[in-house]
Amino acid sequence: MGTYFSILLAMILVNNYVLAQFLGICPFLGVSKKLDSSVGMGVAVIFVMVLATAATWPIMRILNAWNIAYLQTIVFILVIAALVQFVEMVLKKFIPSLHKALGVYLPLITTNCAVLGVCINNIDLGYNYPQALVNALGAGIGFLLAMVIFSGMRSRLENSPNVPKPFQGVPITMTTAAILSLAFMGFGGLV
Amino acid sequence: MNPIMTPVLLVVALGFIFAVVLTIASKVFYVPVDETVIKLTEALPGANCGGCGFAGCSDYANALAADPDGVGPNKCPVGGADVAAQLASILGVEAGSAEPQVAVVQCNGNCSVVKTLSEYQGPESCKAAASLFGGMNACKYGCLGLGDCTRACNFGAIKICDGVAVVARELCTGCGACAATCPKHVIRIAPLKNKVVVQCQNADKGAQTLKACKNGCIGCGKCAKVCKFDAITIENNHAFIDPEKCKNCGMCAKECPTKAINNMRAKRQQPKPKAAPKKEAAPEAPVAPKAPEAPQANA
Repeated sequence: MGTYFSILLAMILVNNYVLAQFLGICPFLGVSKKLDSSVGMGVAVIFVMVLATAATWPIMRILNAWNIAYLQTIVFILVIAALVQFVEMVLKKFIPSLHKALGVYLPLITTNCAVLGVCINNIDLGYNYPQALVNALGAGIGFLLAMVIFSGMRSRLENSPNVPKPFQGVPITMTTAAILSLAFMGFGGLV
Repeated sequence: MNPIMTPVLLVVALGFIFAVVLTIASKVFYVPVDETVIKLTEALPGANCGGCGFAGCSDYANALAADPDGVGPNKCPVGGADVAAQLASILGVEAGSAEPQVAVVQCNGNCSVVKTLSEYQGPESCKAAASLFGGMNACKYGCLGLGDCTRACNFGAIKICDGVAVVARELCTGCGACAATCPKHVIRIAPLKNKVVVQCQNADKGAQTLKACKNGCIGCGKCAKVCKFDAITIENNHAFIDPEKCKNCGMCAKECPTKAINNMRAKRQQPKPKAAPKKEAAPEAPVAPKAPEAPQANA
């Protein structure tokens, strides 16, 4: 139990995908303008990460058995993209309300590097199946946390008239993201 | 097997399998999409301003397709009558009249007339200023003039002039973004046809109002007496013009002792005589000989 907890905590705070490993920056900067959409995106990422890990971990066993582990990246991309598309269709048919909440974000993250990163990291770190799933969950929650924190800061920046003109828009967003990332460095060595 | 062929075949096979699975899935899990919704969404302006009362253009299109008569195709303030007609033709129903709406600032307390109680030095935001004892002005109902509405407007239709928000009626689409953001609720969305507006909403007694702002409505009732159409009532110590009954005659605006009622039509005409003669004075000579030609063409 202790291992799972430490994996979860490490993924959320210490090895936060966005703020410590710099994966998945694109949705982090793109969808964090409003709190609603950032929460939707974060939840969709958790969903896809766990799902992708659940699918790719067994596939890696097969690849290893056939001695073609070097095809990992391309196979994972294919599998994740196809899986997410498939799940999107199923959701649209059977759970329209969930599709309405996540649907817009699902195609955006089909081949997101953070999702692929989780799957490959799980293999590289030698996690077993439940550990890999917890790792993916933690990575997703970490992403959600980063998104929510950042969207809050961005909405404050948006309303603040104190941002100098040359800094308005993207520059101040980048600077804020960098400072937020620095703040998360403080968790280093926690786990 | 060839070390190159194996991975190539494998990846191609994988791709093929996924393609087949997804194709089958798209048929099996096909959800019928309403064609009209797509058409309606295309016809809408796509500003997603929320002026219709729905979460966005696509949300409005969905609601409209589900219940054309109940929702009505004339809710889009940005698109106005054109879009309403398009939507109606897609749905095959009557367009109804898309009454053009416009934002009205219910305050005329500019810097020279309103009394300030304190000097505000915080962030330039009405919301922030309003949270400090209701703002720096003696009038607790009026515009703070720090421009939250200007920043909220997508169409550049509202500006702060002399410490009070002023709407450019020809640019305003009536989407209501400014009204929603104003912490003082000074801005109201009203029909465009009503040109005579009460620009004060001070609910204090007349004497108290006048101490705070010289342009405030003191609720004297002169406007109500002079109105021939019984359109004006005094509510909460300030005048209220019934938009249905008002005929834009402007008698109340002339009668008002404190300039709380204003005729938007008169205001727009004022700058014209000043600017127009100057411009026309120079080209008048070359224009004059042309003038007789026009009737000839018509005849």
